[in-house]
Amino acid sequence: MEYHLTTPLSPEKIRQLHCGDIVYLTGEVFTARDKAHYLMLQKRRQDIPFSPSEMALYHCGPLVKKTKAGWQVVSAGPTTSNRMEEVMGRLIRKYNIPFIIGKGGMGRRTREALRNHVGVYAAYPGGVGALAADAVQTVRDVFWLRELGVLEAVWVLTVKEFGPLIIVFDAHGRSLLHNNAEHQ
Amino acid sequence: MKQRGIKAGIVALLTKAETELPHDVINALRTACSREKGIAKIQLEIILKNIQVARHTGRPMCQDTGIQSFFVTAGVKSPYLSGLTASITAAVKHATTAIPLRPNTVDPVSGKNPGDNTGEHIPAITWDLCEGDDIWITVLPKGGGSENMSRLGMLKPSAGLEGVQQFVVEEIVKAGGSPCPPTIVGIGIGGGADLAVKLAKQALLRPVGQRHQNRRVATLERKITQSINASGIGPMGLGGKTTVLDVHIETAHRHPASLPVGIVVQCWADRRATMVIHADGTWEVK
Repeated sequence: MEYHLTTPLSPEKIRQLHCGDIVYLTGEVFTARDKAHYLMLQKRRQDIPFSPSEMALYHCGPLVKKTKAGWQVVSAGPTTSNRMEEVMGRLIRKYNIPFIIGKGGMGRRTREALRNHVGVYAAYPGGVGALAADAVQTVRDVFWLRELGVLEAVWVLTVKEFGPLIIVFDAHGRSLLHNNAEHQ
Repeated sequence: MKQRGIKAGIVALLTKAETELPHDVINALRTACSREKGIAKIQLEIILKNIQVARHTGRPMCQDTGIQSFFVTAGVKSPYLSGLTASITAAVKHATTAIPLRPNTVDPVSGKNPGDNTGEHIPAITWDLCEGDDIWITVLPKGGGSENMSRLGMLKPSAGLEGVQQFVVEEIVKAGGSPCPPTIVGIGIGGGADLAVKLAKQALLRPVGQRHQNRRVATLERKITQSINASGIGPMGLGGKTTVLDVHIETAHRHPASLPVGIVVQCWADRRATMVIHADGTWEVK
């Protein structure tokens, strides 16, 4: 099935998604790589300057350019999600993140956290950076730029019809990964 | 087109590598796309579309513009050997803002990113000498996701080529979707530990589809390709017939007690470009 969804994503919308479904997402996503995950775990929920539960989390360190008009996203494909497996489950529980986008698959702990908290993990094809950047309409905000640097900072992006996002873990505990091969 | 200014030439080389894939890779992706169906096909279609958009808009196809790895074969009579390392480094810094490239180099001790894609030993340059007065430079921007799947196996010599095949297939299957398949797998057999890994990386410079000139090695390349693709991992690890586009092996003589096997994986964005600098200072990006 193909879905065209807009953030924020309600549990009802998330539950209707199944492994292998394809989503085109409109609305807000925030990027996070290794460092941002750890920082978000350290911080108190009320100290986070954006609302993770109303957006999608995108495992991505975008290639950006500063222009007179502000930041511009040049290329923005996904990074390997599995590097975040260690902390993903805790982050999902802490912030109620309903939609995670990345590449390469994740592990059992993430799959179970998504089932318990009604979330999905979706894959965007790795390396498809130019097309992903074309789906970004505006850079709404950037957080922790000085602390983490451009690559690891959290970029809040407004996207339009961002996809194809392939559902790899659905909220029913199922996985699309080949032979159920999950990272440990 | 012949032009002057070696730094400008290297920036042009980097621009080509980051924004245009070699035809052999595009053709291999197209062939794979025609064979696949379902999710595998959808992904290969969008990969091919992305390649086109990146080229037309002059943007890096992938946001991970990599660590810049240069392979230089320098004619010993070239008057441009002196200062070439500095030109390469200056070109990488310039390209970082001009193309642009993502700032990817991090100090392994302090964790600081200088923001210009250079640093200790980086850009990485592998030197080779040849007769004549031309300098050939190939750049291989190497992304982190695929590089993380590099492996070294110090096998027992009694394992033989069958052992080599088993080791490589196991490691690539274990890597799953992480290195952005369909990948190109470079393998170095023999030498010592360092040479095996170096040869594995250099094997990635060979065009996709080109077999090793030694028939037994060529046969091993085919067998490993078939065996990995039979695993069904597929594009991005979500299932399919194409896990690797090709497997390239390079060999070196080994110690009788060792059978080193190096593996270096390259993602589908097998970015590479080559230029030549002539003795009169003109250059061409091939």
